[in-house]
Amino acid sequence: MTGEAYAVVLVYSTSYALKAEKHLAKAGITCKLIPVPRQLGSDCGVCVRIARRDRETAEEVLMGAAMQVAGIRDI
Amino acid sequence: MIYFDNAATSWPKPPGVAKAMVHFLDQVGANPGRAAHRRAVESGRIVYEAREKVARLLNCSDPLRVVFGQNVTEALNLALRGMLRTGDHVVTSSVEHNSVMRPLRALQRQGVDLTVVQCSPQGFLDPGDVEAALQPNTAMIVLNHGSNVMGTLLPLREVAAIARQHDTLLLLDAAQTAGAYPLDMQADGVDLLAFTGHKALYGPPGTGGLIIGERVDLERLEPLKRGGTGSRSEWEEQPDFLPDMYESGTVNAVGLAGLEAGVSWVLEQGVAAIRAHEVELAKRVISGLCSISGVTVYGGLDAELQTATVAFNISALLPSEVGLRLDEEYDIMCRIGLHCAPAAHRTLGTFPTGTVRFGLGVFNTAAEVDDALDSVRSLAAEAR
Repeated sequence: MTGEAYAVVLVYSTSYALKAEKHLAKAGITCKLIPVPRQLGSDCGVCVRIARRDRETAEEVLMGAAMQVAGIRDI
Repeated sequence: MIYFDNAATSWPKPPGVAKAMVHFLDQVGANPGRAAHRRAVESGRIVYEAREKVARLLNCSDPLRVVFGQNVTEALNLALRGMLRTGDHVVTSSVEHNSVMRPLRALQRQGVDLTVVQCSPQGFLDPGDVEAALQPNTAMIVLNHGSNVMGTLLPLREVAAIARQHDTLLLLDAAQTAGAYPLDMQADGVDLLAFTGHKALYGPPGTGGLIIGERVDLERLEPLKRGGTGSRSEWEEQPDFLPDMYESGTVNAVGLAGLEAGVSWVLEQGVAAIRAHEVELAKRVISGLCSISGVTVYGGLDAELQTATVAFNISALLPSEVGLRLDEEYDIMCRIGLHCAPAAHRTLGTFPTGTVRFGLGVFNTAAEVDDALDSVRSLAAEAR
């Protein structure tokens, strides 16, 4: 979707990304696993991209699931 | 052909297992957790699904606590060598497999104090004897849930309660029981659960792992190996989070695709239904063998108190001879000898000769049991 503003959930590893994706998808949040944008880390791993408008809900969902994440950033 | 060697490796596998593995190799193929392209993510997803299914089956609180490895031996080595230090005391039973005894004997040479609690000649363990063996420095109790030699089940819940009461950890070797006997890591009070994929979880060889419970201090549990994890690549130090901390190097993703299908099948059938079928088979084997003159059956002789693995001997015949004749003349595959468990055979009084072992699985039938009993009857009659 052109023009869509995104945020990313930064996680420790692919396993965490997949776990976060499951929780977010269950809450109806559309997400996609993408490479971590270079400006946000030097890691070779993945992060979970969500629409920026879902950011607050995502934070609540992940907190509710007691999921450890490394941060959520707008991109 | 009758396959009675499920205690070593189950066969056949549910049809979805081979299909999932072929799908992985043909359609996915990429490295799980090492890149962010679609194929790598799909590969990682398959591995994660396997983690989730294993966690669900064994009621572990979090799929990320499931650390995959090659087999139960690697998992037991991780738990034992990773947790025990010089000056620690560890308690185990006299029916353990060498996958427990060999690492423990090596640790003993390094200054770990080991107590092996004697089981009865039927292979049963008195929890009171475990409690009596505890010392202030006991760091761990290691328990074989179901014997690979004669199938005897050890008193998990009672020993787990003792471990909690004395603030020590319980490591469970669930090689023979995960998938075949109801097992609930949280309700049963297991701190470290070692499992293998290729037996009653109906996955392929080369899969297994250690589930790490919440009472385990990760700072104390040293990894067996360190290396690339696909995470924290900017660090030259090992990650400090699960499962990556203990999962260096590419996991056996194609195997785990098969394991995921195997565990899914077990979940669909239900462990209770699998157990009920295997109890019926074990009853038939035990009562059938006991009725044959010249046959000695080992263990508790009660199907409810054991897995579907039954050990026996035919008098005047060596197990090696029985095994060969069952294979060549009667088309029955079983395992003979010491089954990598000399301690268990010493407990039964069958060391060093060993026994013949019928290891039944969920795909075996009463008709196969009857055929096998006829074969044993013929061999026993000839030997008289």
